Amino acid sequence: MTAPVAIPDLTTRRAPGLGGFNLTVLKLEVRRMLRNRRTLLFTMVTPIVLFLIFGLNKAYADQTDGRGNVSAFIMISMALYGAVLATTSGGAMVAVERVQGWSRQLRITPLSPVAYIVIKVLTAMVLGAASVAAVYIVGALVGKPSMPVSLWITTGLSVWIGSLIFAAFGLFMGYLLPSENVPQILGFALLLFSFGGGLFIPLNQFPHALQTLAEYTPLYGLNQLVHAPLHGGSVHAAWVANAVVWLVIFAGGAVWRFRKDTARV
Amino acid sequence: MTVTNTADARGPQPTGRAPAAIALRGVHKSFGSVQAVHGIDLDITSGEIVAFLGPNGAGKTSTIDIILGLSQPTAGTVAVYGMPPREAIARGLVSAVMQTGGLLKDLTVAETCEYTASLFYHPRPVAEVLTRAGISSIADRRVVRCSGGEQQRLRFAMALLPDPELLVLDEPTTGMDVEGRREFWAAIRQDAAKGRTVLFATHYLEEADDYADRIILVRHGKIVADGTASEIKALAAGRTVRATLPDPDLARLSGIPGADQVEVRGDTVLIHATNSDAVARYLLTSTPARDLEIISRGIEDAFIALTSDDSETISTGASQ
Repeated sequence: MTAPVAIPDLTTRRAPGLGGFNLTVLKLEVRRMLRNRRTLLFTMVTPIVLFLIFGLNKAYADQTDGRGNVSAFIMISMALYGAVLATTSGGAMVAVERVQGWSRQLRITPLSPVAYIVIKVLTAMVLGAASVAAVYIVGALVGKPSMPVSLWITTGLSVWIGSLIFAAFGLFMGYLLPSENVPQILGFALLLFSFGGGLFIPLNQFPHALQTLAEYTPLYGLNQLVHAPLHGGSVHAAWVANAVVWLVIFAGGAVWRFRKDTARV
Repeated sequence: MTVTNTADARGPQPTGRAPAAIALRGVHKSFGSVQAVHGIDLDITSGEIVAFLGPNGAGKTSTIDIILGLSQPTAGTVAVYGMPPREAIARGLVSAVMQTGGLLKDLTVAETCEYTASLFYHPRPVAEVLTRAGISSIADRRVVRCSGGEQQRLRFAMALLPDPELLVLDEPTTGMDVEGRREFWAAIRQDAAKGRTVLFATHYLEEADDYADRIILVRHGKIVADGTASEIKALAAGRTVRATLPDPDLARLSGIPGADQVEVRGDTVLIHATNSDAVARYLLTSTPARDLEIISRGIEDAFIALTSDDSETISTGASQ
């Protein structure tokens, strides 16, 4: 055994601010997501293709719908579909990171678990914004959707902010289901939610019992809310309640699983 | 040098002004009914290079997880530079190289270091740690395309970013080939020359012997020996006397002059002794012992004997 050497100077040693949160990490996280071709294809191309199929149909696309036309209505629906795919995938990246042991590795760095979650949510929201922008840009290029310029902005922002609910959903599932296939499982769940929310087929075309059931699914309230500016009517309390309750359930579930995870690892 | 089955062989070190790099007191860790760590007391002072040597399942990784704050001890206390492990890590005082995993496949080597560096208050430059870990030439390679040895050196580079006072390595060369292992240790040794405290777990005797100032042998979650490499090797100087002896009297056997370790396995007694002749004479003349064997151990056998309870391992020594 060697004799003790110089006494380490502990006074110069400090923990980082904000629990280690910083923009370099956010930049690298976004870059990782852009490298994942499967996620990109899934979250960007799918809603665009669906918009091009359903949003340009000559039979109804030009019909008036509130302050715009049906094509605009469908564009908003597809942007919402893309945004929730993106934010859910973004949140669910924690599943892959847990499998690869990265979450554990981060626990031997100064990064606080809360700062990590904030980074994950922000990354998911960046991808969500890109997905909304992609659908709206394609909509503008094909020129079919029609509504006032202010509505392009308000509906786009509503879709983006609302998709935060699904960043929480992705995190919850990412902690609940430790598997690299989580994104695929969630893709199927989101498809069901989208039918339930009336994103693909108007709910009034469903049988009555199914309609009632659909009003309790997680995308129903949000879908009504993001179309409200286009329709110009009043906002129903039931829509807000649906969105808020599901946000509380998903965020609460994510916090619950996240706490179990940090206690265990 | 102590060889003992009771806890706290060394006792607290005189501290002066500096707190011990690592101070464990009565640390236990159980997973359900399994006791992984069974009462470890340990002080490691600044500048030591310490090997944690023991077979798989001896409790090395469980102890390291506790030192790093990755798990909480069931009982006992842990302090790293006088603080809770989590705080020492947040301040960049401690970093670690884990066995496997812990890397994002879709980042490059340099990006992984950039990511990690951004989390510390005052990190070393990425280019510097890549050079010190010997991986500058693969900085732009994706992690998924790196060999096991390259990934391990990347983990080492990441661990260097906070310029830690204490570096913890958990079986760092597992799965590496001989060449990779030598290069890895060359990098560690070069680094440790600057006075960094290093604790590494290994089950390779050779690694402990070559790179540690102090070797701590662990077995069944306890420290069974603690000393310099040469002190540990001195264990091998003695011989083991084995005999069949029904109902042995442990206290009497321990009192035989020249006997320094007594172990009883059913009707078999194993007495490690510096003077095996005296022990053999005593057993044959003063007890009903029979089937007596005197076994001389090589260094390798000494380690195996100390860290294993598999009786077959001892008989590999030559019988006289």
